[in-house]
Amino acid sequence: MATAELAVVRTPAEEAIVERYPAFRARQQHWGGAAVERLREQGFAALKTRGLPNRRVEEWKYTDLKALMPQLAERFDGFSQGLVERAAALRPHLAVGDATRILFVNGCSAATLREQGFVYGSVAHGDDPRPQTAAVISRERDYADNAAVALNSAFMDDWVFLRIPAGTKPDKPLHLEFREIGDKPFATYPRVLIVVEDGASATVIETHDGSDGVAYQTNSLIEFEIGNGARVEHVAMNAAGDKALALSTVAARLGRDARFATLTVTVGAAVSRQQLFLAFQGEGSEAQVRGATMLRDKQHCDSTLVINHAAPHCLSRETFKTVLDDEARGVFQGKIIVAPGAQKTDGKMAAHTLLLSDAAEANAKPELEIFADDVVCGHGATAGALDDNLKFYLMARGIPEKDAEALLIESFVAEGVDSVEDETLREALMDVARGWLKARE
Amino acid sequence: MPLLEIKNLQASVEEREILKGLDLVVNKGEVHAIMGPNGSGKSTLAHVLSGKPDYEVTGGEVLLEGEDILELDPAERAAKGIFLAFQYPMEIPGVATMTFLRTALNSQRKIRGEPELSTPEFMRRVRDAAQKLNIDQDMLKRPVNVGFSGGEKKRNEILQMALLEPKLAVLDETDSGLDIDALKVVADGVNRLRSPERAMIVITHYQRLLNHIVPDVVHVLSKGRIVRTGGKELALELEAKGYADYQEEAA
Repeated sequence: MATAELAVVRTPAEEAIVERYPAFRARQQHWGGAAVERLREQGFAALKTRGLPNRRVEEWKYTDLKALMPQLAERFDGFSQGLVERAAALRPHLAVGDATRILFVNGCSAATLREQGFVYGSVAHGDDPRPQTAAVISRERDYADNAAVALNSAFMDDWVFLRIPAGTKPDKPLHLEFREIGDKPFATYPRVLIVVEDGASATVIETHDGSDGVAYQTNSLIEFEIGNGARVEHVAMNAAGDKALALSTVAARLGRDARFATLTVTVGAAVSRQQLFLAFQGEGSEAQVRGATMLRDKQHCDSTLVINHAAPHCLSRETFKTVLDDEARGVFQGKIIVAPGAQKTDGKMAAHTLLLSDAAEANAKPELEIFADDVVCGHGATAGALDDNLKFYLMARGIPEKDAEALLIESFVAEGVDSVEDETLREALMDVARGWLKARE
Repeated sequence: MPLLEIKNLQASVEEREILKGLDLVVNKGEVHAIMGPNGSGKSTLAHVLSGKPDYEVTGGEVLLEGEDILELDPAERAAKGIFLAFQYPMEIPGVATMTFLRTALNSQRKIRGEPELSTPEFMRRVRDAAQKLNIDQDMLKRPVNVGFSGGEKKRNEILQMALLEPKLAVLDETDSGLDIDALKVVADGVNRLRSPERAMIVITHYQRLLNHIVPDVVHVLSKGRIVRTGGKELALELEAKGYADYQEEAA
């Protein structure tokens, strides 16, 4: 009896999960049907059994969620027309150009869209996801028990879906704008499914912005189902508030001959955990996965990737650039899995960190799990200060020390951002980097 | 007043003394060649003049137009008019050559209290200078020196020199790694920049470069000191006899 009690010692956050869930579930049962109910229950069961992961859980080794999230903030419930209007008047830190804006205010979709070359719907509002999308909603997810995903599943109160019909391309990029506003802590759990059908293509921009000085907790899940021959360019910008705990997960499943490019640029939040679960399901597909992270003060950002080469003849490139100043901490965990039979897999992963301060800390944990014999896979990680020889070269041309450093840091980050095809978007991302550098002076 | 006056200069790298009391006077309009065997301190002199941090000056003076420059950082020295053409120009991924040139030029102007150049004026200057060096516009859009051939890198150095219009240019082994055609392009570029207002120090191991950039004065550097000074014929003598005399003499 004594041991059983010891085993269930819970933190206040874990206690709150267990206490609040039954009433929340009762309020949510009116939407989504059996598939959503099953996911919700699965998420809750994982959390109830295991609690929040601490550093002894390998997957969370450098981001001890149990310690970093001692309290579970209450779901935001102060929605009003005024709040939505206030949010709609704000602009994200990333100057997103001409795009179709899909605004989420404190986790709740405020979009009122008609068809604009794509289908938008909300499962909670009873929009019909049609059979193919419904099948994606109800499928098994091998990342379902991941703590951040489980938390989102247990406490989601909507599921937004977007569908790009086969062979089409929306006129403008789709902009998922997540805006958290409030003056006391609150929690949000937005969830979006994006189905890009065979031969379709789309650019999806995801921005996260929020109030500074408020310890809000946001936990987003965005899933991409990318059909045969489909192409997706995804750019995410984390400019969350300076006290925020920002958990975000992107999951992508690629069919045959598909292309997926994803870049995450991070300057915000006190603590971020950014996860990518990517699975190649068909032959001949390629994924470019990139990150550019710039942190200062005591910011913490963890980028964790699981790239599952489940099909042969696929290529993935993972390139992460991190700049750390002051006492910031940057974490990179990347795992490439090559399934038995996934021959001719080509996977290369690199994580490079620039340390601008002696007190900054970088952790890198690249892993390869290879179960096929005819593959080319590799990884590399570096961490170091600015190159003194490069700095001298710039200074010898008359560029003062601080400016020389800024130029070198900018160029380091630019290598992560250069791949973005849209020039306006690429420049906007570099403006974010330059803004970060300017604040350093 | 001489443009550059070096008095009894002593300098060390990683606690090893390389320059051991070097004296040199260079006047406006002159081109001086400094020749010497490997390890004699030629490149050290170039780096000390431009202020590379890991080179420690342990004694002596370096005066530019009568002003001691040893306390200035590399950027301040550049703004005063010192230019070093690197033996191994650095590759800077992610920084377009054009951005680099504009930043350098405007930084120097700012330090000197001059206004920034307008974009059209800057573009005009770059285009003119690039054309003379057979540098195409495409190369200017690429990141600084990344993927450039040896010849392209050296031409890029001379392009920077042409734009920055230094009072004193120090060319560190500019001939290294160049075939004869590339060498001519670079030398022509340097010769066009000779002027009564500007001096140059050409550091080289071989006489070959001096057929194209004809010096007014030739110095032999050995074991951290200038051991002989003469006219351009001294370079030919060194070519014929090698450095054996100087290595033994100093040893």
